[in-house]
Amino acid sequence: MQKKSTQKTIIYHGSIILLGFLMIYPILWTIASSLKPEDEIFRNAASLIPSELKWENYLQGWEGFGNLSFSTFFVNSTFVTTMVVIGTLFSSTLVAFGFARVKFRFRTPLFVCMIVTLMLPQQVTLIPQYILFHNLGWVNTYLPLIVPAFIGGIPFFIFLMIQFIRGIPRELDEAAYIDGASTFGIFWRIILPLTTPALATVAIFSFYWTWDDFMTPLVYLNDTKLYTVALGLQLFSDPSSLSAWGPMFAMSVASILPQLLVFLFFQKYLVEGITAGSVKG
Amino acid sequence: MKKKKQLRSQRSIDITGFTFIAPWLIGFLGFIVGPMIASLYFSFTNYDLLSAPTWIGFENYITMFTDDARFIQALKVTFIFVFGSVPLKLAFALFVAMLFNTKRKGVGLYRTLYYVPSILGGSVAVAVVWRELFGREGALNDVLGIFGIEGTSWVTSPDFALSTLILLVVWQFGSPMLIFLAGLKAIPNELYEAAAVDGASPFLQFLKITLPMLSPVIFFNLVMQTIQGFMAFTQSFLITNGGPMDRTLFYAVYLYEKAFAHFDMGYASALAWILLLICALFTALIFKSAQSWVYYESEGGR
Repeated sequence: MQKKSTQKTIIYHGSIILLGFLMIYPILWTIASSLKPEDEIFRNAASLIPSELKWENYLQGWEGFGNLSFSTFFVNSTFVTTMVVIGTLFSSTLVAFGFARVKFRFRTPLFVCMIVTLMLPQQVTLIPQYILFHNLGWVNTYLPLIVPAFIGGIPFFIFLMIQFIRGIPRELDEAAYIDGASTFGIFWRIILPLTTPALATVAIFSFYWTWDDFMTPLVYLNDTKLYTVALGLQLFSDPSSLSAWGPMFAMSVASILPQLLVFLFFQKYLVEGITAGSVKG
Repeated sequence: MKKKKQLRSQRSIDITGFTFIAPWLIGFLGFIVGPMIASLYFSFTNYDLLSAPTWIGFENYITMFTDDARFIQALKVTFIFVFGSVPLKLAFALFVAMLFNTKRKGVGLYRTLYYVPSILGGSVAVAVVWRELFGREGALNDVLGIFGIEGTSWVTSPDFALSTLILLVVWQFGSPMLIFLAGLKAIPNELYEAAAVDGASPFLQFLKITLPMLSPVIFFNLVMQTIQGFMAFTQSFLITNGGPMDRTLFYAVYLYEKAFAHFDMGYASALAWILLLICALFTALIFKSAQSWVYYESEGGR
């Protein structure tokens, strides 16, 4: 009996580790390729061990091309992402509190509208939004990337915050109300501090989706000086002009490094957030 | 206490409420409802951004279905992609979630490991890597070579390119997996114990307990993944650029091309509305079918 369960444990861990290795292999392969000498990347393609570590790939890659280095793209991405995270936190907390705690007229139909936009394909609004931003003269600026976050942005985040606020006992609000707190005071002093875990989740996810986002910057930014990391990398890795594989993989690693670091430090919030928002609904 | 609450007039509550939701309301009206109405109008026009739109009635829609082979191709590709990737992704996500639904050592670490590909999502780096892994000189062919199999350039082969993209999205099964895992944890263990006492096999337990109890979660994942599937863009745009021979021409890529390469905004708007109708139709179908397979324990089968 004992023997059988040990065997089972070994099979369990063995198969999960094997499958896990396959899962993570493409990422390890990128890191390995970023350190390989040029001629080795495709000669011994499957191998994860470079014959020598070519750290120069990173320096070379960072220099970019023309007169644009990756510093520019990283500064741009950092700026856009920071603004979007701030905007998302601002709008999703306010709006979620309004829906979850204030019994205003038309609340239910408006809430339904919000839920419906959760399922709205991005492409449907893409074109008229482009025309709108074009007419406002916002094309080739960061405004189309940033402003939407301040006015609701991704309804998923509002939904997630609503779910979380609904879990906070109403008695807290009532007690504060009797003590003379205004509605805004309740929001600011009672609810907001209690939603910190949900705020962290929202911040991390909006960081991810903005850092990753390729389509929106592709549509709105023409000037290479304004490019985000995603666009910069795409420019750099264009198959028709590509000669420097090592540096290209080095910059691929650099582009996902912020995401990996955030994941490493905040994975608890990430994993909790994704499960909290969906299932309770 | 109740009375005091009622003293606040509904009017002042309304003002407070609307102040809080104002950011979203402005965005909803100005950036979603307004643009959607505009886009519906543009879809009946010929519009290139530079000159004023000219009304052409249903011409865009008629052209689409009678005179645009690439539209039909994009629809076909997108359907194959959605029907290929969503069930596979969900099945795999459920399988892995069940593996992780145990109290063994190291499960937390494994869960993290399996989630990593998903956080990188649609990043350009992942697309670049996929292109090279499945290229002629890529790692896959290197491994196949060990077994004496001569590979091809998977990403540029008309027969395999789409499967390569499907594999990519299946690989990123982390979010549905976590949602499944949370659902599995909510199933009371007593149900399985009772079934085991009655001599039900693990497969029967899965069929009679796990699946019904999990059905609301399956439903949620199915809706979200289907819509995401219809909107997929980056993978095709970056890895195969719609090719070879339009075999991976995702609907979103075709729409992008029409709008931002040809600046045919009228036609692209019509494409967007057809996409909306397709998504709405599928969501409605899933919701409709849900009545017969989604089981709500607490609400007596709502």
